[in-house]
Amino acid sequence: MLKVDTEKCTGCGECEESCTFDAIFVKDGVAVVDHDVCTLCGICVDGCPEGALELHVEAGAFATDLSSWKGIWVVAECRGGDLASVTLELLAKSRELAAELDAEVTAVLMGQGIESKARELIFHGADRVLIVDHPELATFTDEVYGNILSDLAKRERPEIILAGATAMGRSYIPRVATILETGLTADCTGLDIRSKDKALLQTRPAFGGNLLATIVCPEHRPQMATVRPHVMKAKAPDPVRKGEVIRIVPRKSLLGHKVQVLESVKEQAEGPNLSEADIIVTAGRGFEQEKNVELARELADLLEGTVGSTRAAVDAGWLSSRTQIGQTGVTVSPKLYIACGVSGAIQHIVGMQGSEIIVAINKDAEAPIFDVTTYGLVGDVKEILPLLIKRIQKERGL
Amino acid sequence: MTQVNYFLTEEQQMIVDLARQIAKEKIIPVRARLDENNEFPWDIMRDIAQADLFGLYIPEQYGGFAKGCFENCLALEQLAYGCIAVTTTFAASALGGYPILLFGSEKQKARYLPDIASGKRLVAFGLTEANAGSDAAGIQTTAVEDGEHWVLNGTKQWITSGGEAEIYTIVAMTNKNKGARGATAYIVEKGDPGFSFGKKERKMGLNASSTTELIMNDCRIPKDRILGRNGQGFLIAMRTLDIARPGIGSIAVGLAQAALDEAVKYARQRIQFGQPIISFQALQHMLADMATNLEASRALVYSVARTIDDGKKDTAKISAMAKLFATDMAMRITTDAVQILGGYGYMKSYPVEKMMRDAKILQIYEGTNQIMRNIIGQALNKEYAKK
Amino acid sequence: MNIVVCIKQVPNAKTVRYDTEKGTLVREGVEAIINPFDFHALEAGLHLKDAYGGEVTVLSMGPPQAENALRESLSLGADKGVLLSDRAFAGADTLATTYTLAKAIEKLGPVDLVLCGKQAIDGDTAQVGPGLAARLGLPYVTCVNALSVMDDEKTIQVRRINEDGYDILELEMPALLTVLASINTPRLPSLKGKMMAGKAEIPIWDAEGIGAKPSMVGLTGSATRVVSTWVPTFEARREMFGGSAEEQVDALVSRLKAAGIL
Repeated sequence: MLKVDTEKCTGCGECEESCTFDAIFVKDGVAVVDHDVCTLCGICVDGCPEGALELHVEAGAFATDLSSWKGIWVVAECRGGDLASVTLELLAKSRELAAELDAEVTAVLMGQGIESKARELIFHGADRVLIVDHPELATFTDEVYGNILSDLAKRERPEIILAGATAMGRSYIPRVATILETGLTADCTGLDIRSKDKALLQTRPAFGGNLLATIVCPEHRPQMATVRPHVMKAKAPDPVRKGEVIRIVPRKSLLGHKVQVLESVKEQAEGPNLSEADIIVTAGRGFEQEKNVELARELADLLEGTVGSTRAAVDAGWLSSRTQIGQTGVTVSPKLYIACGVSGAIQHIVGMQGSEIIVAINKDAEAPIFDVTTYGLVGDVKEILPLLIKRIQKERGL
Repeated sequence: MTQVNYFLTEEQQMIVDLARQIAKEKIIPVRARLDENNEFPWDIMRDIAQADLFGLYIPEQYGGFAKGCFENCLALEQLAYGCIAVTTTFAASALGGYPILLFGSEKQKARYLPDIASGKRLVAFGLTEANAGSDAAGIQTTAVEDGEHWVLNGTKQWITSGGEAEIYTIVAMTNKNKGARGATAYIVEKGDPGFSFGKKERKMGLNASSTTELIMNDCRIPKDRILGRNGQGFLIAMRTLDIARPGIGSIAVGLAQAALDEAVKYARQRIQFGQPIISFQALQHMLADMATNLEASRALVYSVARTIDDGKKDTAKISAMAKLFATDMAMRITTDAVQILGGYGYMKSYPVEKMMRDAKILQIYEGTNQIMRNIIGQALNKEYAKK
Repeated sequence: MNIVVCIKQVPNAKTVRYDTEKGTLVREGVEAIINPFDFHALEAGLHLKDAYGGEVTVLSMGPPQAENALRESLSLGADKGVLLSDRAFAGADTLATTYTLAKAIEKLGPVDLVLCGKQAIDGDTAQVGPGLAARLGLPYVTCVNALSVMDDEKTIQVRRINEDGYDILELEMPALLTVLASINTPRLPSLKGKMMAGKAEIPIWDAEGIGAKPSMVGLTGSATRVVSTWVPTFEARREMFGGSAEEQVDALVSRLKAAGIL
């Protein structure tokens, strides 16, 4: 409960300025709290120059000796025989964090036939690799992966656990956090260390990307966070790096699971994998009709790229939801992103703003997409794309 | 900003909210396609049925809500905001159902009303013929008793939901010499021997609504299909139209509202000569007239519907007024909406040209507006005779 | 079949506005709606009830106005609605939220299936479903977009979507599922439903009522804290081309050539 000390309060309005939720305001010269709206985030408390605000929080049930938790863990993921790109990106980030914390980076990999990946993990930055290689882990199940990781974490006590916000990660990492009774921040776009207490500062989007928040897990360990692929940058592997590989044999009691996987089906993506593509041409509502989307495909093929879509194009039935880029879809960061007939709703932008060069073609010069473009063309996609295609063909001497 | 308050009850507001939700989520996204392809809106009829709206006016014992003309009008207005072709298909079921409700025997009500209330079977109303439109007394379809059957012969024209509905309320001539008491109403069902349909008409608008001929060629129906008593045919038709006419008025109100919304939205964002065109007096005046006439239509329709629900007899004049005024206004308002959108208003990729094409039928069906004026004029004559 | 659907009332993303200067949300005129994913979870529950009988209870943790979301759920056909509302629940992160929901579900009695939407469109964490399953000790599958019940009416088969395609999984109830929007098309409310929902009694349970430990709920029971929030702005790095379509295309191609892409 947020309490105002009316003696100390001068009605300066700092709290009103700083409140994201409009939950505190100055009335008759003193700060007043709307308790129905106040989310107890405490930002105003920190910002009050008179120290007139206080957040009353009863002592938590968890007391833990924070200093006994050490090390940064990256939960690695292996798909189709290769380490997922997000694992390599997290390892690169962990090295940065490790430098500030003077800590060790450990990669944890569960699966079957994955021992050979240990070296690659070390080359990408792990000081230690915990390999849990077992037939029961050949197929991913939330229960088993979750139980094994929780068990390992309880015994080894890392201060930070990072994982990819992939379909797998988003499914079982929350289970682990709940079993460990600790905090988890999903889909982080930024990870830093707070100098005053070495806590992990986790920045993530909320409200579909319209708001950014920085979060800490002050009193619980481990501090857990998931990160979306292509948000952080991987580094080239260093084949000279050395590290320790430890094989973990999971206890039988952790291998039981009530969910059976009957079948796994891989579906053909349109062109090269969207999240790995260097060039993406995205079709939005501006195409107006399904047959015009052919233009996007033609341009993508010409550039040897892939076709992406917005929510509008998927809802209209023009493209599969697998190609949807954005908050509830795929995050991409290609070299070249061409947004055709895309208005630029924030939910879409958060999925592609990391692209190196962003080009947008839209009839409306005021469309929000132009806030993030490197190059903006104002016009009808039906008119501009055929010209662009012809021009590129001419360049190529076709 | 305060809008006119019509003091709806909580339940009436629920009906408005539900119908509006259907219009926004189910009708508007597909209305252009239905219009383009002359496609019958079966999916939407199923949605309306699931929402319980077919049974608004039907007594609870048959699965309805025992609501009145006013509640029906509220639902029709909101659905019409989406598309009046779809709404007409829904409204036609009430037009065909009211005769059974008002004049049917207990057996008939028990047999037909539950299916109508649940939307399981659609109903149509068959009065008009090639030679008998406004002059309904000129119908030539005959019904002759033959043992345990009635045999109907003749062709009905321009019947809404012809071919798609399963239950038809038909008015046929039983005794030419009896004039106004010479016709009788019957219930004919799809599948009755000798009952078939002509091809679907291609129209100026109202394209999602199916309009066909009903062809009765020695159509044999069981004796118990007679609706009301012999000779009550025209009475049944008139009573039904009286209660249904405010509904047409509310359809006109819903359509006009949709047109006004498009016009204002457009005028606010269309920049010409450096300003949004709504800042020009010429447009403000057009919009002001549109909005005022719309509100007047709504107020008239609502008042008439409520009066009818009060149970009074002889509502022919006020019913006609509600239908006449609202539909004439809808024609004007949709035409002005096209004018305000200018070139864009003429294009099919904008919704107002369809609204204008659709609006015309409102001045014609369920009694032309000329007949409405006749009714009102004659009623005034009678009224003032007593004074 | 006893089904519990967890729903959350969230601000309608279309009506929320962001003041980039103040870095805050603009709260006026913001409409509260049922989280879209939860609509699909509710529809899945109603669909099962239509087919197999039983009861659908809708549960929501929120401020007093979340009652509207529960009434809306009742108008679609849910049998019971329960509101978890208490000042003590405020400020909860997903750890405290799952604790609270779990206590409430335990109080509701034996349940066959708990259904949740994949994520809430305000928090976007997708953590409550898996966390709740962990607390309740239920097997679970996330991102489900197809569901069928086997003849024994105890085993269910589901399709789970991932980046590469999908998996078909089988599990026995009691279980928990989080669903995607593509699993179904939610029905419209019926007039009967709306009328009944209008009259229905929706009990409000507080912390004491569900036997929750004060230290485990709300801000006190949360492991994470928000340090700061702000509305992001994007660096304007834009170069807008002018002129005819041909001129703009020419300008773009020369830039892309210079960047080594063409």
